[in-house]
Amino acid sequence: MTKVPVQFVLNGEEKAEFVESGATLLRALREKIGDTSVKAGCQQGTCGSCAVVVDGELRLSCLTLAERCGGCSIETTGGLAHGEVLHPLQRAFNEGFATQCGFCTPGMIMAAKALLDRNPQPSREDVVEAISGNICRCTGYEPIIQAILAAARANSLSAA
Amino acid sequence: MGLALKTYPTLTAAGEALAAQATARYIGGGTLVVRDANEGDLRFDTYVSASDPELSAIAVTDGQATIGAGVTMAGIVREPALGFLAPAAKAVGGPAIRNMATVGGNLFAPTPYGDFTVALVALDASLDIEGAAVPVTDFLTGRETIYARALVRAVSFRLPAEGSFRFAKVSRIRPKGLSIVTIAAVVEERSGAITSARIAYGCMADRPIRAPAVERALIGKARTKDGIAAALAVATEGTSPPTDAIASAWYRSEVLPVHLGRLLLSP
Ligand SMILES: Cc1cc2nc3c(=O)[nH]c(=O)nc-3n(C[C@H](O)[C@H](O)[C@H](O)COP(=O)(O)OP(=O)(O)OC[C@H]3O[C@@H](n4cnc5c(N)ncnc54)[C@H](O)[C@@H]3O)c2cc1C
Ligand code: FES
Ligand code: FES
Repeated sequence: MTKVPVQFVLNGEEKAEFVESGATLLRALREKIGDTSVKAGCQQGTCGSCAVVVDGELRLSCLTLAERCGGCSIETTGGLAHGEVLHPLQRAFNEGFATQCGFCTPGMIMAAKALLDRNPQPSREDVVEAISGNICRCTGYEPIIQAILAAARANSLSAA
Repeated sequence: MGLALKTYPTLTAAGEALAAQATARYIGGGTLVVRDANEGDLRFDTYVSASDPELSAIAVTDGQATIGAGVTMAGIVREPALGFLAPAAKAVGGPAIRNMATVGGNLFAPTPYGDFTVALVALDASLDIEGAAVPVTDFLTGRETIYARALVRAVSFRLPAEGSFRFAKVSRIRPKGLSIVTIAAVVEERSGAITSARIAYGCMADRPIRAPAVERALIGKARTKDGIAAALAVATEGTSPPTDAIASAWYRSEVLPVHLGRLLLSP
């Protein structure tokens, strides 16, 4: 099986690995690099559980070829917390019961992060739009929407 | 099994590589091709891509727009000169899909996909295929035959007159869902009468189509409830909608005139 080198920055750390040629970013992250914060759901682009941020843009790692990410900066939920200190989005999800089984959570949080990085004070409509490619079978979405809005409020308080 | 990825500096070189290898497939944003690979499609073993910067360029000059085939839906939404097209680009998938999905890939996307292409059909766009200008409707007719392995470099069209472009995607799930029917219209009016009309449908056949009977019935009429009545009466003429998990052919035919009417009468 042909292996190809891939090199990118993952959550601020340089990574260089050999992956199977044609491997998706999802497989490279989970199976080679060991970042299992990225979840493998449908692998069809439908569920959003594999969403990561590549050079500031939300992408589905299941439909992205690892080889095409050479030189990119990739963010996953695995890199959000600083030691014991959770990211405001993680805290808001935790406190707002926006996580039940948790399978959708990493994708939801990355979709929310991509939104807040661009638009720190989103409207409810912006939030609904931002997570529209992510499926949650447990929460009914409302707690997730509220958690993202709460994280945005917390950010604006800490910035003030 | 590993799939090889071969990236070429020009689209021409990518085209030569595709021609030389029957088991190679061109990859744009990959939202459909990589999904096929994930699902175990064994008909291809090599992805071919092109890194030509021209593929991701947008040029709008003298009322003419040219969009590289590699421009993403998010790229269209970000382009101020193409503001009227943003609703059509936003109709494709969720935010992550839009950051990946290209204009070129959308031309090849099977029904119920191809929402952006419906807009291109109403705009009477022309495709640059190996240097030749091919009308988008001709391309769609030959998509699985003569153009099956053709590479599209860019799409171009004349900008529609201010306020003349309308677009609607009807789906069950908002804001993101697959299309029951997608409609794009370029309707120009003078002194209260319609002077020209181009109407395109998605999901009313196995690929985006024009609605010539509707277009004819609109000419000379006022854009009012009474004025468009004759056009709505022939809304389904020439259509052969699919039955799929989203809607039955019967349902699509029933709701098409309602949504066409709403779209035509929208401000
Ligand atoms: C979850 C999900 C939701 C989706 N929702 C929608 C939706 O709402 N509306 C919609 O329209 N689509 C939707 N799609 C389908 C798809 O994402 C889009 O149609 C997209 O525009 C395809 O572009 P791509 O660049 O990703 O195509 P790719 O997967 O890269 O390619 C698709 C096909 O086009 C060919 N191709 C690509 N570029 C060129 C070119 N320049 N010249 C010649 N051939 C080319 C490829 O060889 C391949 O056969 C969805 C897909 C997924 C996975
Ligand atoms: S695993 Fe990627 S979208 Fe479902
Ligand atoms: S918490 Fe279970 S899928 Fe969202």
